Amino acid sequence: MTSATAITSAPLSVEAVLRAVEGPGAGAVATFVGLVRDHNVGRKVLWLDYEAYEPLAEKALGIIIAEAEARWAGARMAIHHRTGRLEIGEASVVIAVATPHRADAFAACRYAIERIKQIVPIWKHEHFEGGEVWIEGATADAHDEAAREAALKIACA
Amino acid sequence: MRVNVKLFARLRELVGQGELTLDAPGATTVADVWAALVAAHPAADAYARSMSCAVNLNYARMTTTVADGDEVAFLPPVSGGSGAAAR
Repeated sequence: MTSATAITSAPLSVEAVLRAVEGPGAGAVATFVGLVRDHNVGRKVLWLDYEAYEPLAEKALGIIIAEAEARWAGARMAIHHRTGRLEIGEASVVIAVATPHRADAFAACRYAIERIKQIVPIWKHEHFEGGEVWIEGATADAHDEAAREAALKIACA
Repeated sequence: MRVNVKLFARLRELVGQGELTLDAPGATTVADVWAALVAAHPAADAYARSMSCAVNLNYARMTTTVADGDEVAFLPPVSGGSGAAAR
């Protein structure tokens, strides 16, 4: 059994994340793999550097898993996020969620990636042809109920 | 009072260090610690409106009470996961 949460500079393993959610009650597993893309808003991306506040990031992943497992009955979720320099095509995040029925697996998986972007203290430093820029998204606040509801709405759309 | 301040990403670069011990005499809240940080490193002020904060690995508010020796982290808007953060 691998850990349900990980913040690691080592390459991610989809197999390892899947192993963390396996169980006899599962009828479906949905996975999401986020990749480093070679372009962003018209820029040619060369590589990304991910920086994390590791202990809080790991804790935030745990919060997301607890939220999902409370919302979708019988769900088991695992999330591993990579840090450091990632080349084009490498996986930055892997999510797996097992549920009794498939609709819940898809919804919970979508919920997880939306919540990661909201509350996990990880920052992307984009190195592109001609410069570098820190990408900034949401002001992180795990207690922001409106943000949580927005993620739920996207997941269940 | 002395607290351990942690900074990340562009905020870390603006201040020039990711970790510092900050003397903040009379400080009682996260807002007081932030004020002491900005006084010592004015460049941090660029994040006055967009950063969030955590105290001892718990997300906090600017009104959260801090004590001597606490770890206070200031976090620029996050961008984990994959793809563009903005929709």
